Amino acid sequence: MSTTTRRSTGATGTQRSVAPRKTPAPPTGGRGPGHEHELELLRQMLLIRRFEERCVELYSAAKIRGFVHLYIGEEAVAVGVGQALRGDDAVVSTYREHGHALARGVSAGAVMAEMFGKATGCSRGRGGSMHLFDAGRRFYGGNAIVAGGLPLAAGLALADRMRGTERVTCCFFGDGAYAEGEFHETANLAALWQLPLLLVCENNLYAMGTSLAREHAQTNLAMRAASYGMPAWTVDGMDVLAVEATARKAADSVRSGGGPHFLEARTYRFRAHSMYDPDRYREKDEIARWKARDPLAGLEERMRAEGGLDDLANKRLEEDVSAEIDAAVRAAEAAPYEPVADLLRFVTSPSGGAS
Amino acid sequence: MNARRSASGGSTASTTYREALRDGLREALRTDDRVFLMGEDVGRYGGCFGVSLGLLEEFGPDRIRDTPLSESAFVGAGIGAALGGLRPVVEIMTVNFSLLALDQILNNAATLLHMSGGQLSVPIVIRMTTGAGRQLAAQHSHSLEGWYAHIPGIRVLTPATMDDARHMLAAALDDPDPVVMFEHGSLYNEEGVLDGTVDSVDLDSAAVRRLGTDVSVITYGGSLPKALAAAETLAADGIGAEVVDLRSLRPLDDATVLASVARTHRAVIVDEAWRSGSISAEVAARIAERSFYELDAPVQRVCSQEVPIPYARQLEEAALPQPASIVAAVRQAVA
Ligand SMILES: Cc1ncc(C[n+]2csc(CCOP(=O)(O)OP(=O)(O)O)c2C)c(N)n1
Ligand SMILES: [Mg+2]
Repeated sequence: MSTTTRRSTGATGTQRSVAPRKTPAPPTGGRGPGHEHELELLRQMLLIRRFEERCVELYSAAKIRGFVHLYIGEEAVAVGVGQALRGDDAVVSTYREHGHALARGVSAGAVMAEMFGKATGCSRGRGGSMHLFDAGRRFYGGNAIVAGGLPLAAGLALADRMRGTERVTCCFFGDGAYAEGEFHETANLAALWQLPLLLVCENNLYAMGTSLAREHAQTNLAMRAASYGMPAWTVDGMDVLAVEATARKAADSVRSGGGPHFLEARTYRFRAHSMYDPDRYREKDEIARWKARDPLAGLEERMRAEGGLDDLANKRLEEDVSAEIDAAVRAAEAAPYEPVADLLRFVTSPSGGAS
Repeated sequence: MNARRSASGGSTASTTYREALRDGLREALRTDDRVFLMGEDVGRYGGCFGVSLGLLEEFGPDRIRDTPLSESAFVGAGIGAALGGLRPVVEIMTVNFSLLALDQILNNAATLLHMSGGQLSVPIVIRMTTGAGRQLAAQHSHSLEGWYAHIPGIRVLTPATMDDARHMLAAALDDPDPVVMFEHGSLYNEEGVLDGTVDSVDLDSAAVRRLGTDVSVITYGGSLPKALAAAETLAADGIGAEVVDLRSLRPLDDATVLASVARTHRAVIVDEAWRSGSISAEVAARIAERSFYELDAPVQRVCSQEVPIPYARQLEEAALPQPASIVAAVRQAVA
């Protein structure tokens, strides 16, 4: 097990690669720290953060209902991995997917309208927070059955493989999902068939109220994934540049025929599991320790130190993001509800025979 | 509804559906050391709907056992533990997730007694939430208890009142065979009063929750409060609706249902599941088979629209049986 520290970013982030490794470890330098690129990463993370903070307000105001799972604290994973994907790659996600959708380029307006249950939502109000979809962006949802997206992602990858494309399917899932048979069955299948699949495990140390050590006998998730016969790496999920570098390496290898790769991003959700969760099971100082490693603050600090960000630029970023979210909320408010007469639409295809 | 019913007899204690379930669990754990509870987040978290809150502190992690996310494994392990002499109560967070364990429930729990020629019985109780109404969309809102009721070898219970929530578990644990209990998500916060004169329930019979002479409204679970609300509205118009709570979907208590229909000569069945192939279809078929000549009108059914339950409020409301749609069906039946 080798440990590589990214010198260029001064990151606390480390990545361990666990044998068998078919590709060399990511280079220590990675992409040059171009500040425009970093500014874009910061903008994407800030959009997710502020978007979800607004969701909390709107939930309290009963504009948004149902189960809502916040991604706050984990933004670096979606944004970092997103950099490694191309427009024609596929993404399969979970119920904690606002960040994945936004990082994939689904508009804040379409996501917000969905949470309002409006006809202009990205799932026409049928899905809500847990079921965001955007077929055009190959964003295959929003799955509220833990680990339910994994076999589906293998199938998307199989289709690409059989059709001879160079596309990658990226599947996000949690440490809890890792305990389900569906993860293990999928990992084996993907390795057996050498599918172009990037498995991104967002290890935020909890599955609802159950901590990692109480859900897994062996908590070294990358090692276990490697045992299926695929490269498996761990990365600091609070460091967006580290996530990006490792995800690029993994995605490039998948794309060039290296078979499935597993990436464990060590991260933490700053908020409760969902809006219903009183969060009685986590120690206050554990939460505080992780908050001190806020991925947004981390990148911001680094950029400031390197002269890539100043107060003015930061203010402009905040204003831009805030304006984008304001517009999304305004549009969602104004949008029509789907008419009740359309209740039975989309049960079967218009051309299909059954109903 | 319980308040009204129990006002007539015995001492009463106010409770919630959730607390009544918890008291039932606590009693079972106290009186039989073979009983243990397991499932996702039942311990430290207190259960995803708070049913087992506090039980870990009282009974310890051996008997209030948190499981990893692995429905097939922990339900199957519950079946094995039952074979091994214990009395497991296994909680699955919601019915949609129980599909990951359906293989164990159908292919093992329900069939072992028969396949083994009577050698192996499986005294397990599996509890889970069911139903819609909370804008949780299509992967958290379905009513699949009718599917389970299709399976010979298991008992299917749908507690809808405080007394049933409180006492069904003990009776279920007394059953030597697998019992699956469905708790409708909209009921947990319901408040009511326990009938102090009741300390056990009979799992084999349906219950008449309200007397009426004009029509039998036959329902169960989360639709019971809606049916009772509809009956109240109808009463104001002089229509007497008798409300029958099935309580058990397997076995079905035909006698109580048919006796009610014999009194009212009209039947409206309310079932939150989809109409096609549902338990409402089974009840309607039995009425048609056995009480055809008692009927003064065709049997009516109020079911969910045949659509995966949507998120948006107006769509979800339109998809589900509501007091107004029950009232409308009754008016048609008595017209
Ligand atoms: C099959 C299944 N079982 C249980 C649940 C309830 N549930 C929803 S999220 C969750 C925890 C999942 O944890 P993890 O995979 O680590 O993802 P995280 O929420 O931490 O992002 C549970 C138990 C579910 N949705 N699906
Ligand atoms: Mg987790």
